[in-house]
Amino acid sequence: MSGLVWFVIIIVGLLVAAYVFRLAGQAITSNAPKFRDMTFGVAFGYIFGATLFVWATYYYFQPKITGVGTPNAGVIFFRWAVQGFIIASIAAFLFRVFGRAVGTEVTKKLFRSMPLTASFGILVIILYAITAIFAGSIAPYGESEILGAANVLAGGDITAGGDPAYPLGTDQIGRDILSRLIFGARNTVGIAFITTCLAFFIGGSLGFLAATLQGWLDQLLSRSVDVLMAIPSLIFALLLMTIASVWSIKLGVPLTIFMVLIIAVIDSTRVYRLARAVGLNIVVMDYIEAAKLRGEGLGYLVFKEILPNAMAPLLAEFGLRFCFVFLTIAALSFLGVGIQPPLADWGTMVRDLGPFINFAAFIPTAAVSPLLAAGAIALLTVAVNFVVDWMLHKTSGLQE
Amino acid sequence: MSDLLTVKDLWIEGRSDEMWNPIINGCSLNLKKGEVLGMIGESGAGKSTIGLACMGYTRDGVRISKGSVVFDGIDLVTASARVKRDFLGKRIAYVAQSAAASFNPAHKIIDQHTEAPVQHGVSGRGESVEDGIELYRKLRLPNPEEIGFRFPHQVSGGQLQRAMTAMAMSCRPDLIIFDEPTTALDVTTQIEVLASIRQIVEEYNTAAIYITHDLAVVAQMADRIKVLLKGDEVEESDTRTMLSDPQKEYTKSLWAVRAFQRPVKPLATEGSVPVVSVRNITAAYGTTDVLHEVSFDVHAGRTVAVVGESGSGKSTVARCITGLLLPRAGEVAFDGKVLPANYKKRSKAQLRQAQMIYQMADTALNPRKTIGQIIGRPVQFYMGLKGVEKRERVNELLDQIELEPSQYFNRLPSELSGGQKQRVGIARALAAEPKFIICDEVTSALDQLVAEGILRLLADLQDTLGLSYMFITHDLATVKSIADEVVVMKDGKVVEQGPKTSMFTPPHHAYTDLLLSSVPEMDPDWLTNLLQERGVDNIGDAAVNKM
Amino acid sequence: MQSILKIVLQRLGLGIVTLFVVSIVIFVAVNSLPGDFAQAILGQGATPESIATIRRDLGLDQPLILRYFIWLKGMLTFDLGTSFAQLNFANFGGAGTTTVAEQIAPRLSNTMFLASVTACIAVPLAVTLGVLAALYRNTAFDKAANMFTLSSISSPEFFMAYVLILFFAVLNPIFPSLSNIYDGMPFSERLEKSMLPALTLTLVVTAHMMRMTRAAIISLLASPYIEMARLKGLSPMRVIIVHALPNALAPIINVIALNLAYLITGVVVVEVVFVYPGIGQLFVDSVKIRDIPVVQACCLIFAAAYILLNLTADILSIISNPRLRHPK
Repeated sequence: MSGLVWFVIIIVGLLVAAYVFRLAGQAITSNAPKFRDMTFGVAFGYIFGATLFVWATYYYFQPKITGVGTPNAGVIFFRWAVQGFIIASIAAFLFRVFGRAVGTEVTKKLFRSMPLTASFGILVIILYAITAIFAGSIAPYGESEILGAANVLAGGDITAGGDPAYPLGTDQIGRDILSRLIFGARNTVGIAFITTCLAFFIGGSLGFLAATLQGWLDQLLSRSVDVLMAIPSLIFALLLMTIASVWSIKLGVPLTIFMVLIIAVIDSTRVYRLARAVGLNIVVMDYIEAAKLRGEGLGYLVFKEILPNAMAPLLAEFGLRFCFVFLTIAALSFLGVGIQPPLADWGTMVRDLGPFINFAAFIPTAAVSPLLAAGAIALLTVAVNFVVDWMLHKTSGLQE
Repeated sequence: MSDLLTVKDLWIEGRSDEMWNPIINGCSLNLKKGEVLGMIGESGAGKSTIGLACMGYTRDGVRISKGSVVFDGIDLVTASARVKRDFLGKRIAYVAQSAAASFNPAHKIIDQHTEAPVQHGVSGRGESVEDGIELYRKLRLPNPEEIGFRFPHQVSGGQLQRAMTAMAMSCRPDLIIFDEPTTALDVTTQIEVLASIRQIVEEYNTAAIYITHDLAVVAQMADRIKVLLKGDEVEESDTRTMLSDPQKEYTKSLWAVRAFQRPVKPLATEGSVPVVSVRNITAAYGTTDVLHEVSFDVHAGRTVAVVGESGSGKSTVARCITGLLLPRAGEVAFDGKVLPANYKKRSKAQLRQAQMIYQMADTALNPRKTIGQIIGRPVQFYMGLKGVEKRERVNELLDQIELEPSQYFNRLPSELSGGQKQRVGIARALAAEPKFIICDEVTSALDQLVAEGILRLLADLQDTLGLSYMFITHDLATVKSIADEVVVMKDGKVVEQGPKTSMFTPPHHAYTDLLLSSVPEMDPDWLTNLLQERGVDNIGDAAVNKM
Repeated sequence: MQSILKIVLQRLGLGIVTLFVVSIVIFVAVNSLPGDFAQAILGQGATPESIATIRRDLGLDQPLILRYFIWLKGMLTFDLGTSFAQLNFANFGGAGTTTVAEQIAPRLSNTMFLASVTACIAVPLAVTLGVLAALYRNTAFDKAANMFTLSSISSPEFFMAYVLILFFAVLNPIFPSLSNIYDGMPFSERLEKSMLPALTLTLVVTAHMMRMTRAAIISLLASPYIEMARLKGLSPMRVIIVHALPNALAPIINVIALNLAYLITGVVVVEVVFVYPGIGQLFVDSVKIRDIPVVQACCLIFAAAYILLNLTADILSIISNPRLRHPK
């Protein structure tokens, strides 16, 4: 209950402070328009932001060790988060400076109008791509190599249950977590990428076909897609995976291949919808009518007139779809029905390492490995989303 | 008498690409009580921005960087939001271009009408409703007692525009800003709205700023005219002086547009085979007929203008000729031979003979292709030219449309102005070396000066290449300047057709007469005379409905 | 009123047809399993007699179409059959089998509880924040909110779940990290135990809802009639309440319904993380042991809820559209 009382007191305090702040501002600047026309909400926002900032600074400089000698894990994590945020911002900033100076005129121009979030996103995507491609040479150990010690904690500090040979520790059967994270980039990201491409191939080609030809084909495809989309995608994927798991044993085909096909088909419905909508918007344009009246064939219409104009929305959609596929695969793996061992995969790693979190209060580094695996997933999707957000904003013009 | 509104050295900036760019460069104006100022300029001249700034209002991403807007002694640029709110709606009101979008779809018209007076404490709701009905009656809205109790989407565009004028009047403001209130309307609807706006402004002695791009309209409405060009003032003087004796080059060129007139050609020889002959076409969208027994001929080297208001079926005729819409009955013949109804069944040679130029150059050119590719495609497709030959032919075509080949060949449509895009559309049609071109409202999306350039180009091309045009338009001024024959359409039927000379001299068919009489003229007394001549109930839509 | 009723009825009919077709899809998918259910239940060591018995019990000797209608009838009368796991258990001498319906019912009510708690927190929060972000767009608040929601949409549910566990269960033991709920638990305790899963779902759903609300309000505020209202000199509050709100209702209701539908997917992972005894966890467990009748039933329930919510969104937005409510 006292928590609630405190909450109310803080809110009221902030409200009063906001009122005083605006009043003081008006008095000091002799009613300058900035303060005169300031709404109470804005004043509250300033005060709230300032309070948050002061608290964060205060908390950041709390000692790492509590009075009774136990590590103050909250402070440690907070410092890591803040440092990570600052480093990421600086990296993104430097990357943008780099992009503005190096490259062709077109890329330079792109970088000039780019927000920091987008340059951060591009940087992360590049790093992931490098990790995935060169996983074999970067990783210190093999993908499923079982090493001496199991359950070594991250940090490399022997007194805290770590080992310098395994900077991020080892898992429950003694595989190096850093290596598995690196190989995971190849497996998880690679499989998601292939799946998305497949979904785009299926959904995109059918969507454009439906938009260009219309008529009964369009009706048939669209109604089928309606039905498939009426089942929530993760649920549908789980259902089909159940069936696929039986088939996979019977046919001797790895379950992962079934998973790629299943998710590609489920996701192609969403791609179909978009491709069809984009296609329909383009088909009604006068230049398409002009081309039709010229006597152009279907191939010319689709590839020369429609497709080039659909690239921008499709590219943005590719990013979003990739995130979605990536998250679906991660969720399936986390639930134990996705990418199968011995392939290293982030979703599976989170499931296996999850329980370590419960020790974080005593040894903060214990929480590192499960969070890193989950964070690796989150970081990539965040990065892709940042880039897509920027692209959509750019193509939609000066909407807001 | 002191000035009601004084704008002094107003500078306005707009935000784009993370930068503030100037929109208005030092505009000044003043307005006395009861005076109407016409503000005229092409698109992008900043007319609306100034209009809104006169209310102390700027849209998102726009700011007033310098200058003052003094209304009745108070500077609206520096006034607080609260002070400004007290003026808006009560003493300064606004009438927007699109009434359909500017009425809130969720509330009844009368509720929106009474909102300003009630909120500003000018009058009570009951009183205000009474007043609204009275205003509706004055503006000659049908069913004034009842129309206000409908929702906006239940009322037609022209009526909504008048209801909005009534709404602006609800607090009897000292100043109303009219922002292109009739631009989206057909001529017969426009004239009614113009007449009612003028009447009510005079009756209540309201000052007004009337923003438009149409000279003839502003000539009827304004006491003084101010001409703007790309955010700069060109000149300002009272209406009659401005019309008869413009000082600046730009103004003179604007005025001259209306003077463009092609020499009258002799009639086509009796018995010659027409290039295109439309015979008794009846067509329908779904089950509703939109064309009834439409017939006309287009002879070699001549221009047939098909005129009508929106919904008259003029564009549908074009769709039937090109074969995009299959007529239920009737046929289209080319050089005397009947064409297959469906364009898919026509041969390449048949398709090549008839080309089309579209209204919206933006959607008519593929934004991902360069000008060279756009014009080159039909050259290659129909003529089979490749490589250097193709390039030479495209250059020749670019020369014909007066665009420098080396400069424009590799550009994308987005890098061109509206007029240049329209020229590229013309070149694409010419590339097929056709005999016959359909021009579908080709000038209606363009500013007057640019439109005139396009019309001149089309006329020159016709003379040199011997082309035949079918010119679809709603603008009678265009018809006057370019047509040889005129076909007037209404509700999918041909009302009257014949050579231009006879069409523009009485006697006319009643509908043609109404259409002609509704086109505003540059004479400032035109509307007054027309009203005197015919009476308020015999103009515009009211008269159409009587037919 | 006539036309709007017609449209609503049409949508309802369409929803029922969709559900019907979806049930066929699920049934066909499940019956595309290689071999036989009976074989699958009993494993390799089964005798032909026991297989025959099971086949008869399950009605597997009937033709496919007949079996579909028997199954459909069962679904409509809440007779969802018997779970394979239970059947197997009985087969090996265990006593007293429970039906799928008995298994699902308490789980379903637990999930409904979790979803309602989430909705109660998320909907007001998301709508308020979304409207604020739209009103103060392009300010620091809006940009921070944009970054935060984008990150939270992008993160997998289990990442959020573990972060919340780390901060609110491990480092600051405020809520329990295990949601072992049972029947007859007092409401307050139940609420406390469901808090972390509910918060996880809230984070995910709020982000979506807030972004969509913001977009809807921004496009609304850009409309000419809002400008007109401002130019009438109305107070900002009145512009929002009288002019924006009635038109914003439709898109916002739509956003809420769509996101509640989205909850259905999210609930599966979150229930697994927190070991919350809901239908999502049952579903995942059954998937792992290939307990077909349970998988089938759960799948249909999820699909039905999803279709129902989308239908609600559709119908509510039709009803709140003045153009349809007051036809010409």
